[in-house]
Amino acid sequence: MEVTLNINGVEQSHDVEPRTLLVQFIRESAGLTGTNIGCDTSSCGACTVHLNGESIKSCTVLAAQVDGMEVTTIEGLAQSDGTLHPMQQAFHECHALQCGYCTPGMVMACVSLVEENQTLTEDEVREGLEGNLCRCTGYHNIVKAVLEVSEA
Amino acid sequence: MIPANFDYLRVDSVEGALEALQEHGDEAKLIAGGHSLLPLMKFRLSAPAYLVDINRLDDLKYVREENGSLVIGALTRHSDIEANSLVKENAGLLASATHHVGDPQVRHRGTIGGAIAHGDPASDIPSALLALNATVVVTGPEGTRDIPIDDFFVGFLETDLKDDEMLTQIKVPSVPDAKWSFQKFNRRAQDWAIVGASVLVNNGQSGVSLVNMHSTPFRATAVEEAIASGANAKEASEQAAIGTEPTSDINASVEYRKHLARVLVKRGLEEAGL
Repeated sequence: MEVTLNINGVEQSHDVEPRTLLVQFIRESAGLTGTNIGCDTSSCGACTVHLNGESIKSCTVLAAQVDGMEVTTIEGLAQSDGTLHPMQQAFHECHALQCGYCTPGMVMACVSLVEENQTLTEDEVREGLEGNLCRCTGYHNIVKAVLEVSEA
Repeated sequence: MIPANFDYLRVDSVEGALEALQEHGDEAKLIAGGHSLLPLMKFRLSAPAYLVDINRLDDLKYVREENGSLVIGALTRHSDIEANSLVKENAGLLASATHHVGDPQVRHRGTIGGAIAHGDPASDIPSALLALNATVVVTGPEGTRDIPIDDFFVGFLETDLKDDEMLTQIKVPSVPDAKWSFQKFNRRAQDWAIVGASVLVNNGQSGVSLVNMHSTPFRATAVEEAIASGANAKEASEQAAIGTEPTSDINASVEYRKHLARVLVKRGLEEAGL
């Protein structure tokens, strides 16, 4: 079936099987490999992208279900001149990544979290990131980065 | 992991969904947020031949007040329910239980109707709806019928929904003055409850139910009866495991689950002011 998505402002259609997961559509059909697959069971959050502005786990959504909608991936956050999104900049400055595997999903979850609540406490940040696992256990600096953006 | 192949049907009305269900019978499954169904399909524990997508039925996304009750459309997402001021003021227990489901990404997609229709005894939301004495509204070829929540869950992942019916609405009595508590015990933030408890106390009446303590979401009748005959929180909570048949798994033995049920019900009753 033909599925059309607007990914990072670019509309694209691909002929896919109905069982194609959104994360496969993003990585394999659209060729955007910044979105990672981690657990593949909606636990780890590595595949987090935005659907119409809200964070979701793209391993547990069918591409067909979101036909015609807007998706933002990690590649769509920075400006075209390379200026980082404030959350990416804060991750850079706070050293909020170690191996980097969870980072794309983590950044997308953090952006959505701050958009829904601009006055986050540290506890709210930690609870709000319950759906993203960092195997390096580098949570402390991730929380610092989110607080820096939400206080800015 | 990729689900087995299926034919995808997108419908834009309740009538359209019912027609698809009538045509394909038990070979068809409705998909809403898909956060219960898709994981089962990816593990190939479920392989429907037809998937009927009801996500675009915007008419089923609402929270309203009607005749002293909250009425909630079956496709209302968890994130919209936990943040809704009508729900927070009139059924705070439901808002709290919903906030405990999964994580923010899961709550952006999952729906209240899907969580109930799945009939999972480990789910947080059915327990809150039992304590709140909710009613489930289902629509089929012959019209709609109301099912008291106590009659809705009939077995493990089995509900009173027929193959040609869909869950369309949930009615929750408004209890703005009730005291309540939602207790969830797990080892990691986003996990399912090892055991959970919903407690609601309103005008001397109580509603107490348990998560993951039986083959179905479970009303702790013995606790409710003890409270009705004047027991305090400690005495009533000692009845919490009566009638339950929990399973033993990697997280907890049967005995430990029964212990947790008593502890969580006691904490809940105390938090609800008993």
